[in-house]
Amino acid sequence: MLFIVRQIGAVTTAHLFGMGRGFLFLLSAFAWVFRPPAKLRLIVKHIKEIGVDSLSVVVLSGAFTGMVLGLQGYYSLRKFNAESWLGSAVALALLRELGPVLSAFMVTGRTGSAMAAELGTMRVTEQIDALYSMAINPVKYLVSPRIIAGLIAMPLLTSIFNVVGIYGAFLIGVELLGVSSGSYFAGMEGSVVFQDVYSGLLKSVSFGLIITWVCCYKGFNAPPMATGVSQATTESVVLSFVLILVWDYFLTSIML
Amino acid sequence: MIRVIDLYKNFAGHQVLKGVNLDIETGKITTIIGGSGSGKTVLLKHLNALLLPERGQILVDGADITRLGDRALNQIRQKFGVLFQGAALLDFMTIFDNVAFPLREKTELGEADIRDKVSERLRQVGLESMGYKYPAEVSGGMKKRAGLARALVMDPEIVLFDEPTTGLDPLLGKSIHQLIARMHATFGFTGVMVSHDIPEVFKFSDRVAMLADGVIQAVAPTKEFVVSENPAVRQFLRGELEGPIEVM
Repeated sequence: MLFIVRQIGAVTTAHLFGMGRGFLFLLSAFAWVFRPPAKLRLIVKHIKEIGVDSLSVVVLSGAFTGMVLGLQGYYSLRKFNAESWLGSAVALALLRELGPVLSAFMVTGRTGSAMAAELGTMRVTEQIDALYSMAINPVKYLVSPRIIAGLIAMPLLTSIFNVVGIYGAFLIGVELLGVSSGSYFAGMEGSVVFQDVYSGLLKSVSFGLIITWVCCYKGFNAPPMATGVSQATTESVVLSFVLILVWDYFLTSIML
Repeated sequence: MIRVIDLYKNFAGHQVLKGVNLDIETGKITTIIGGSGSGKTVLLKHLNALLLPERGQILVDGADITRLGDRALNQIRQKFGVLFQGAALLDFMTIFDNVAFPLREKTELGEADIRDKVSERLRQVGLESMGYKYPAEVSGGMKKRAGLARALVMDPEIVLFDEPTTGLDPLLGKSIHQLIARMHATFGFTGVMVSHDIPEVFKFSDRVAMLADGVIQAVAPTKEFVVSENPAVRQFLRGELEGPIEVM
């Protein structure tokens, strides 16, 4: 019995230490952002990596999410003779919830995993040690620009996801199933308020932080062995997904 | 002058260094030999504080680098150049940019001066026409040469070499050794090398130290070391399985 309690205590302590190290890593990354010289060129490079490189998958998933919403929304609303509310339902679902969460999932899979693998490889092949040995702080050089880039790129990708999703639902609802185009957009205009847009974008900013933080932390601290990179990549993706969903619940409950 | 005093280091309960004492003489090449897993690279990584010990001191020009803050430690680190085992070139940069990297990050030099200095170092290591290539596009020997060019580009006082010939065929290994000897003659740095490329490495080492069982078993000028009567040294140099060193 004592053994079991001791094991539970050891696991809990190890997790708490891990969380503490993770938070310190994030604080250190933010602290380095404000220390000169600024790494603007690197920030732009990583905005390109996160933003442009994830664009195709975000557009594709946004389009099909919107189309599914159009189909499901139409058949659900038809039961109540409320097809004219399709535009409103689709827009609210995308802007408040699905846009930020699904685009964050796409970016985690496309860019976050690559980020963890790249930093993990740098750890395993001593490139991070090489930076230390050249008196260059690797957190400032490798992590801080990625986190800033994530904060900037994520809301832009979410906005694109939302627009494409709304158009996808329009194609299905209006062009295919015959909902009136006027009621589709009028319903949207009447029910969507600024807070819906704002809360979604705020979520996406925080998801950008979660993705870059978790993926950089896992990659940066990859175990220096053959399986270290794959382990770091898997853990970063799983942890990002879980944290996005958990944080989404808390943000939604605060902002509703 | 680097002085290692009573250095202890363990990893997850496995005691690797058990009280290492070693003086590295200025301007000379000191080679640390020892069996695989004996802690040579661990000791080397302590010399510029890439690893920190549980106990002990490392004095670089009188400053104990195990107790320095980030800023002071970075000033000390700028005295060092390091050639890592796999060269550790940044794989998202060309070889030219890798060599230029410390100059761009740590000096105020203009791009023209940087270009001149990098070209000179690349020429010295025989890679003047390879600067545009990425590390993944060149051979292991070329990576080591590029790593050496990067290690030397800041004109360091001390250069650490972590098994510079590992993974290379004997001819390439010999050419890297000759290159290191030539660079040492040109720049006069203090060199600390970890190697088990015996006896090749004795040809240009001024002093040799042997690490086994977590401590320095013997250290002496090369000519004296190779005729040492120390049982551990004799066992290692003769490749005998029986003796004071336990073969795992």
